[in-house]
Amino acid sequence: MKIVVFACNWCSYAGADLAGVSRLKYPEDVKIIRVMCSGMVNPAWILRAFRQGADGVVIAGCHPGDCHYMVGNYYAKKRYILLKELLNFIGFEDERLKLLWASASEGKKFAEEMAAFKNVVENLGEQEKLRWKE
Amino acid sequence: MSVLIVGGGIAGIQASLDLADSGLKVYLVEKLPVIGGRMSQLDKTFPTNDCSMCILSPKLNEVARHENIEIISNAEIVAVEGEAGNFRVKIRRNPTYVDRSKCTGCGVCATLCPVNAIDEYNEGMSYRSAIFLRYPQAVPKAYVIDRSRCVGCGICQNVCVAKAVDYTQKEEIIELNVSSIILALGGKLFDARRRGEYGYGIYPNVITSIQFERLLSATGPYEGHVFRSDGKVPKKIAILQCVGSRDAKTNPYCSSVCCTYATKHAIIAKEHIPDAEIHIFAMDVRTFGKGFEEYANRAKEEYGVIYHKARVAKIFQKKNGNLIVKYERDGKSFEEEFDLVVLSVGFEACEDIRKYSEIFGINLNEYGFVLTDSFSPVETSKPGIFVAGIACEPKDIPESVAQASASAAKALSYEKERAVVGKKEFPPERDVIGEVPRIGVFVCHCGINIASTVDVEELANFAKTLDGVVFSDHVLFACSADSQERIKKAIKDYNLNRIVVAACTPRTHEPLFRRTLMEAGLNPYLFEFVNIREQCSWVHRDKARATEKAKSLLSAGVHKARLLEPLQFVEVNVVKKALILGGGLAGMTAALELAKRGIECYLVEKDSELGGNLRHIYYTIDGKNPQDLLRKLVAEVESNDRIKVFKNSTLESVEGFVGNYRSRIKTPNGIVEINHGAIIVATGAREYKPKEFGYGHRKVITQVELEERIGRGEVPKSVVMIQCVGSRNDYRPYCSRICCQAAIKNALKIKELNPEAEVLILFRDIRTYGFLEKYYERASREGVIFVHYTPENPPVVRTNGDEVEVEFYDEILGEKLISKPELVVLSSATVPNEDNKELSKLLKVPLDQNGFFLEAHPKLRPVDFATEGIFLAGLAHSPRLIPETISLALAAVSRAMTLLSKDKIIMDASKAEVARERCDACGICVKACPVSAIEIAEFKTRTGVELKASVKKAICLGCGICSASCPKGAIVVKGFTFDQIKSALDGLLEVSA
Repeated sequence: MKIVVFACNWCSYAGADLAGVSRLKYPEDVKIIRVMCSGMVNPAWILRAFRQGADGVVIAGCHPGDCHYMVGNYYAKKRYILLKELLNFIGFEDERLKLLWASASEGKKFAEEMAAFKNVVENLGEQEKLRWKE
Repeated sequence: MSVLIVGGGIAGIQASLDLADSGLKVYLVEKLPVIGGRMSQLDKTFPTNDCSMCILSPKLNEVARHENIEIISNAEIVAVEGEAGNFRVKIRRNPTYVDRSKCTGCGVCATLCPVNAIDEYNEGMSYRSAIFLRYPQAVPKAYVIDRSRCVGCGICQNVCVAKAVDYTQKEEIIELNVSSIILALGGKLFDARRRGEYGYGIYPNVITSIQFERLLSATGPYEGHVFRSDGKVPKKIAILQCVGSRDAKTNPYCSSVCCTYATKHAIIAKEHIPDAEIHIFAMDVRTFGKGFEEYANRAKEEYGVIYHKARVAKIFQKKNGNLIVKYERDGKSFEEEFDLVVLSVGFEACEDIRKYSEIFGINLNEYGFVLTDSFSPVETSKPGIFVAGIACEPKDIPESVAQASASAAKALSYEKERAVVGKKEFPPERDVIGEVPRIGVFVCHCGINIASTVDVEELANFAKTLDGVVFSDHVLFACSADSQERIKKAIKDYNLNRIVVAACTPRTHEPLFRRTLMEAGLNPYLFEFVNIREQCSWVHRDKARATEKAKSLLSAGVHKARLLEPLQFVEVNVVKKALILGGGLAGMTAALELAKRGIECYLVEKDSELGGNLRHIYYTIDGKNPQDLLRKLVAEVESNDRIKVFKNSTLESVEGFVGNYRSRIKTPNGIVEINHGAIIVATGAREYKPKEFGYGHRKVITQVELEERIGRGEVPKSVVMIQCVGSRNDYRPYCSRICCQAAIKNALKIKELNPEAEVLILFRDIRTYGFLEKYYERASREGVIFVHYTPENPPVVRTNGDEVEVEFYDEILGEKLISKPELVVLSSATVPNEDNKELSKLLKVPLDQNGFFLEAHPKLRPVDFATEGIFLAGLAHSPRLIPETISLALAAVSRAMTLLSKDKIIMDASKAEVARERCDACGICVKACPVSAIEIAEFKTRTGVELKASVKKAICLGCGICSASCPKGAIVVKGFTFDQIKSALDGLLEVSA
């Protein structure tokens, strides 16, 4: 499986680092792209990831109220809801897109959520609908 | 003028960096040829198990390359004359027989040297050559010749291409004038041979804790494999506490760190040998620091480490090398066989302490450590000479670092003029615009942290197959000084214009590599970091799959790197004022010290008077009067022109950024708006009001309430105290640190006022760490009775009308006893303030799991927040005593001064930028920006005036909310542009894994 995680620098990326420091294991399928804020994640990037063959995409940011930039995660959530509806509308399995709140101290949560999301994606099988085909 | 710092361990390093960053010239004198101190020998650090070298190495490099710091190593102080403000110091630099300015640290000499000498770095468990470098990441990175071992064969001189070996080098006398001196001398480890009954030095499988640390280390004698002397892997290990500590025959004080480092050793040993059985023998388990109790709980619950409340009497060796450990518990004797015994040796004052006390003219305490006062914890008996770290009392790394910063704050006050040494000149930046990307890739082994799970060689080879990569290499530690040189050399040799490093996390190491690029004449933003440790090797087991993932991450990094552009730093002016939240001991101390340095302070206190918890402390355990201190501080604060006090006030809102905050304070007279450059959070904590043990009854009170009564002259005739009330339980897992001391302090006071009074203390572990141990001893001597209880079998308090009785189990008698005291006193937890949550949201700084404020790094940044310009002090950090609170407050001052001493600070260049040709001035980004950094402005063009979005760079935080909002992709954050991330995704996903 190919799982792309957009993780915000302040909470979720730090949480992923903490999972590492704590040596908590999660599947190798999970690959993280660091962004400064979940509010920076452009929906077009998510579509690009699916086009390039991602089987699942996670937007990971600070808990509501914790955003380093005050409101970035609220923007992320709004965009997430809209994109999910659009994906659903075109018949795409919208479970492949996940929004996760994970703080810098939630290494364990991060690792567990990653393992759980991999199961969800694995049950859906390989993502074909948006994958670019020659 | 300048400052002399003696001792290049972590305390000396931190003090040097703080002062140098505040613009002072620093001379750092170290006895050994290299700096790094004890911390450089550690494998991991508690309680996060962070790799010690990984966090130390960037600091070493920072010291080495700091323009304001001069390292004088292999040297000692010979004489000191003069007084505060003007000391004349004579230093002798002993010959190393290698010219430091010529040695490149290539190490060819060491590989050819025929001598095998005992390696002190590995605590005698391996050999080194006579010409050697203490450890691979050492600074200064220059080899030295140990003349006591050198056979004089001349090989090293012959093979040295740099012609650095010079057998005729002579000692050198250096004379300096300095305005103040910081002693960061460190300590010496107890010689375990002095406890003959443990057989150290006779039984080969009895080793010391520092030897065990080296065994566990990837750079240790067996590369991280734990073997005993006969090559057998030990499966049953005993760790013995208090070897040379809490011992009437050797050192009566507690060494403070051993219980937690033993816990660390147990956890790491279990990771190396999963089926090992590990027993820790301790009289009390003293895991009292921030996060330590939770760490010990993890050791027990997750790793199955067994703690015995026992002291070992003797060890015998069997023929097969195994050891019989005899110990006593609850009055009974036991014997148990082990494969390996580790002695947790304590700290003693450093070897040179007597000599130095004479040279510097300072007093030592009864244990031979540098004497300090609990109300001025970093000042020695001589003005202008300060102390930090273990030199004045055994302590852990964060406390040493905090003291180092605190002593730096004190040293700053002797600087009349700031003869600031200019900014470091970097070579001119090479213009790479228009060049085809020529990317250099460096893959880090991180010792075995990465290399054991990711095939680094394969990864480096894979990098060569990616477009644009013209050079690729793998290095043992990318962060070490030699690797930095390799990167710079590669940039020159291969004309590289983009660098990708695959190593640990950019959150700690990115600044280091960016600087390396600058030193090589490249713009620092032409750098991309790939995290293959925290987010790959540490979280995966399967080597093949982890290597595939690492390839995919590296591919993303290289794809992004192709599109990186050079960026220019943003400079902003600094408002030289500070906002201090909380008017207790920490807040007042910080305000006064800042005011002394010319900084205007706003001190905000929510209460109607200043003083915080200090108001409720009537005496200290060492007989000082806190009320005098309180009166003095309040009077000084209130009469200081530079300090504006707001009582009955709270912070309403804060906006802005480091150097330029604008806050609104809600005062009884309405809202006051202030501008300031830094914020210190010193909001304190409070005593827990218990729900357990019948609290609320007239005869059941807390320690603080008892102290108030005694302060009023009401001395009870009989008291039962119960420890750990509200601490160390499921709901509040942490240790409150101060309550053991408080109980003993109050018990001794009762005994002093009424020697006939009966005091019984029911405890789980008595945690009188450091020199507090003597009060525990004194209390026992004066007839205070200590009875141990376990959380499974806690005491029961029953109230019946006005009467109160306590039932508890006595382990030695093996039966339940009942006491009917005049008072039951609960040693109640220290809990975080309820408003921490709200404040953490206002300031955008995090809290830890227990609700205290979370510092940027538990070891090396104890008073910083991850957010620049905001600092932390006092009980808001964690429970602590008066001297520790003062240390932290002074430390926060020093950290704040690194910022407030500057007229301008240089900010990150990763900011939003508008591509004007695409912008329609629709204003969506203006609304989206959380800090109002974007406006619609008029721009003149050839055809007239156009409206376009425009970014105020000093305010922009680079969050990128605007960029994802823009319907036309006209606004991007540099370093995270639409195309850069798109390209990274393509790179990430094109690798099949």
